[in-house]
Amino acid sequence: MKRVQFDSKFLPYLFIAPQMAVIFIFFYWPSAEAIRSSFYLEDPFGFGSSFVGLANYTDVMKAPEYLGIARFTVIFTVLVTFFSLALGLLLAVKADHVIRGSTAYKTILISVYAIAPPVAGLIGMMFFDQHIGPFVRFAALFGWNMKVGLDYFDTAFAMVFVSVWKQIPYNFIFFLSGLQGIPVSVREAAAIDCRNGFRRFWTVTAPLLMPTSFFLLIINFTYSLFDTFGVIDVMVKDKAANNPITLVYKVYMDGFRGNDLGGSSAQSVILMIVVLVLTIFQFRFIERRVHYG
Amino acid sequence: MLKKLSLAALALVFSATTSMAATDITWWHGMSGKNGDVINEVAKKFNAAQTACNLTPVSKGTYEEVLAAGIAAFRSGEQPNILQVFDAGAATIINAKGAVIPAEDLINKAGYKFDRNAFIDGIRYFYADASGKFVGMPFNSSAPIMYINTDALKKAGVEAPKTWEEFEAIAPKLMAAGFIPLVQSQLTWEFTENFFSRNNVQFASNNNGYDTTEGTVLNVTDPNLEMMFTKLKDWSDKGYFGYYGAGWSDNQKVFEDNKAALWIGSSGSFGGLQKTATMPFSATFLPYWGSIKGAGTNSFIGGAALFAMSGKSDAENKCVADFFQFLTSAEIQKFWHEQTGYVTVTKAAYDLAKKEGWYEKTPVAEVGIKQLMLPAGQWSKGYRLGFYPQIREVMEREYNKIFANETSVKDALSTIKKEGDDLLARFAKTSG
Repeated sequence: MKRVQFDSKFLPYLFIAPQMAVIFIFFYWPSAEAIRSSFYLEDPFGFGSSFVGLANYTDVMKAPEYLGIARFTVIFTVLVTFFSLALGLLLAVKADHVIRGSTAYKTILISVYAIAPPVAGLIGMMFFDQHIGPFVRFAALFGWNMKVGLDYFDTAFAMVFVSVWKQIPYNFIFFLSGLQGIPVSVREAAAIDCRNGFRRFWTVTAPLLMPTSFFLLIINFTYSLFDTFGVIDVMVKDKAANNPITLVYKVYMDGFRGNDLGGSSAQSVILMIVVLVLTIFQFRFIERRVHYG
Repeated sequence: MLKKLSLAALALVFSATTSMAATDITWWHGMSGKNGDVINEVAKKFNAAQTACNLTPVSKGTYEEVLAAGIAAFRSGEQPNILQVFDAGAATIINAKGAVIPAEDLINKAGYKFDRNAFIDGIRYFYADASGKFVGMPFNSSAPIMYINTDALKKAGVEAPKTWEEFEAIAPKLMAAGFIPLVQSQLTWEFTENFFSRNNVQFASNNNGYDTTEGTVLNVTDPNLEMMFTKLKDWSDKGYFGYYGAGWSDNQKVFEDNKAALWIGSSGSFGGLQKTATMPFSATFLPYWGSIKGAGTNSFIGGAALFAMSGKSDAENKCVADFFQFLTSAEIQKFWHEQTGYVTVTKAAYDLAKKEGWYEKTPVAEVGIKQLMLPAGQWSKGYRLGFYPQIREVMEREYNKIFANETSVKDALSTIKKEGDDLLARFAKTSG
């Protein structure tokens, strides 16, 4: 391959400058600002502020409310990531086998992905509405008196359900293309060696899917942590009350609705650290086991 | 010749533009749908009525969003001339000394005479400072009132209750008639803030927070409030009271569908309810407790006020003052009141609507105003509490827990007191 040589020493810097500017303006600068204001208690209009040291952090960490939200966020993230990956994979494996009418089948599954999160939340809300929700009526047949918006567990169930439903098509697309990227020769060789389809999947197909799975794992983690905001916002209908919410939603509630800039900044810095640690963990410990063909 | 002509033309253009150049002012608000349309209509009327100023209203989403947008804009020097701020956010903007020009100062400076007594009593203090000076200009004001399913009451053979004691007495009959006796839509506004106003009980120390932010604490562990919520829980267990979570419409729906007999809603709900209710309805005052001494006073206003943001030129401020004068004129107030269902803020507008027979046609529209015009008590003038939107969130959480059997009334109220007092203490530090 031909090596590209730059004539000028500065040209490469010039080329990456726009990208760096975007990262700086939209990421580093706001992050630095968030870290700074997390040490202050500030009048929202910017007239007065007092330096409070780590008080914003200790206030947050001491609050049983915040710890409860953190616990829910962990459970929620694990559940949503697990179910949307598992169901996406299951559907992809099944779709991979379909020969007749496979396009229609795939289109139906993928089309859900085109729905924007707030709209998905809205549809989910209608689905779980206390008065008119079809799922609520269905649950009532089994003696489950669902009260989304009042009962913590019921609301959590609805949130996980809608978030998973929204994410399955995305995982489906990637798993399906991952499956189709596995050479036919490999599959045929495996089929000759082993008759058990289940075992063949776990020993041959799954390892070859690992790069896709690892990518999706990270994407689904961030999805459950951050992108479910729209779903949650619509499901709690502007009133979180005792309903489960995630850490990101709490940042929004305190910062944008409560105008507590210091407290909300401290929370966003905590989130930043959590994501950083998670990413390092994923790349150091999980990626090592990923085999890129 | 040509040169002369073009010079003359230029001069003409110049004079024309200077005389036509109206001062532009902007108004950010948090209303949408029908109410947003009426705001545009009001602005159009103002622009048509004079030539010096040109007002542009901009919808910024919800109440919370318009406040957040206003704050962000103020910090970058891009604030609008007029910002609409809702009741719970009043302390945030009023305590930020220098963010706004008090409406009263603005109007007096523009050469008008500001008359506090022209405003309806219940509205006069809420957006004013401790000395009674108007900081915000009351705009869309509402009161929590009780809507009545007239058929349900007829069927049960009972009268609408004035007090909660009366309600307790008729509730079994309403239930026997096949209705949920009582539903409501906002436990914070209707059963906490306005519990304190209607029953004339102190809500917070330091004169309900008006005097200073330092050391202000909530009085939510008051035995009377505890009694109110113990009763609500008891009624809910007996089936007298239906609770469907903190969402407004989940609760309203039950009343609309003719399943409930009484619903505590907003005086501003009336316009929408006319379209959605499946049965005839009327309304009356929010009940109070006969057992609490001195109860039966007026309620706090809900809704929002308009604030003139600082940092604007004198010409623009004059226009804002002109607009405030225009907005509080009887004609415009009446228009707003009849179109939206919000109450009039001035007595003159109320008299005008009455004279024209508006309340004979729509008696429900008068209930909110009458409730706000009830005699005021020491504790029914208003409250001024920082980080109040968050305190409301704590209340919503704890109240939901009560009805989900996750906590007791006593524990819920002491949690609200503890977390609320912490938030108030934090707020006191922000201005430091």
